[in-house]
Amino acid sequence: MSAQDDSAARELPAPLNYFALYNVFFWIGLFSFGGGLLAWIQREIVVKRRWMRDEEFLPGVALSQVLPGVNSTNMAVYVGRHLLGVSGAVVALTGMLTGPFVVMLAAAASYKAILGVPALHAAMAGVAAAAIGMLLRMGVSAVKTSARFGLLSLMVMAAVFVAIGVMKWPLVWVVAVATPLSVLIAWPRGQTPTGASAGREGDDA
Amino acid sequence: MREEVSLGLLVSIAIILAPLSIASIGGATAIYAPLQYEVVDLRQWITGREFLDLFAICRFTPGPSSILGAMIAFKIAGLAGALVAMLALYLPSSALCYAVGRIWSAHKGKPWHTAVERGLTPIAAGLIMAGVLALFQLSGGDPLTGLVIVGSAALLVWRRKLHPFILLGAGAGAFELAFLSGYLSL
Repeated sequence: MSAQDDSAARELPAPLNYFALYNVFFWIGLFSFGGGLLAWIQREIVVKRRWMRDEEFLPGVALSQVLPGVNSTNMAVYVGRHLLGVSGAVVALTGMLTGPFVVMLAAAASYKAILGVPALHAAMAGVAAAAIGMLLRMGVSAVKTSARFGLLSLMVMAAVFVAIGVMKWPLVWVVAVATPLSVLIAWPRGQTPTGASAGREGDDA
Repeated sequence: MREEVSLGLLVSIAIILAPLSIASIGGATAIYAPLQYEVVDLRQWITGREFLDLFAICRFTPGPSSILGAMIAFKIAGLAGALVAMLALYLPSSALCYAVGRIWSAHKGKPWHTAVERGLTPIAAGLIMAGVLALFQLSGGDPLTGLVIVGSAALLVWRRKLHPFILLGAGAGAFELAFLSGYLSL
């Protein structure tokens, strides 16, 4: 696993332009059922194309859930803006919504017939389950990244999981309390703050 | 479809949906109640039965579930209504997200930026795992769903770059088999 990661880290990022960005988000948007969307975006943007690092991507995951609006469209705006500025945000968001919009128009015109097909329900449930599996895989990666920042960071992570997932406390309040704590824990001590990422900035530009 | 779509109707659609764009914290479920109140009870654009049908069909179309707002707009005001609804639903929240993202990267490289970046990572990890749990419960929490979730996650550990279509297709296939064999009843 780690050897695979190392060899992958040496690969060059895929070419980045408006068409490639639109294309990525168009396909994600068209097949976005259930909740595994952030994981799919992460796979395409970070794992496959190397346009961003996990450390740049994950703050967007937290932000897109805390900010108002839909997680996936927020993430499209976050990623598009990071990569290609305001036009990148527009392109990514438009790509994300093109497919759903067209399918929605078709469904609105024909929904009475669609509601009567049980086999379709089963397929959709299966797609949703696999999408949750993608989310689980991404969560495991995020846990491993968090583990690098020490035991206290892992405890914050566990607390957020229990507060949101088990206790069902309001998201905004949990994040508002946990974030300052987590930032304090993660504050880099006695090292150059940009040391870890300085080498990559040139690649991103 | 309506024979004639007035500008007033389009403005009403925008006025109803734009606040919901900002109000939908933590997903689209927050907007169902106010949306239903506005379009069924207050303005009587569609019946309660139609609202429920459209809500159900939205679960089987791709994209955010708040697209239900655009679907309703399409029914009462055609393509123009649907386009206005899309802008009203997604532009306000996207603009806010853009602004926050911009402030975020303007301070890149500063010590506090690195600390916040690191600090947000465990938060994101906790949120993702909580999302897995919530979605599992929402999907009924049955053994088949759990098996497909863990199976596809394991498949992705084994094959990092596996195409999502293959994964999602396999999930659909597993459920279709279960459905045809009578294990799954819907």
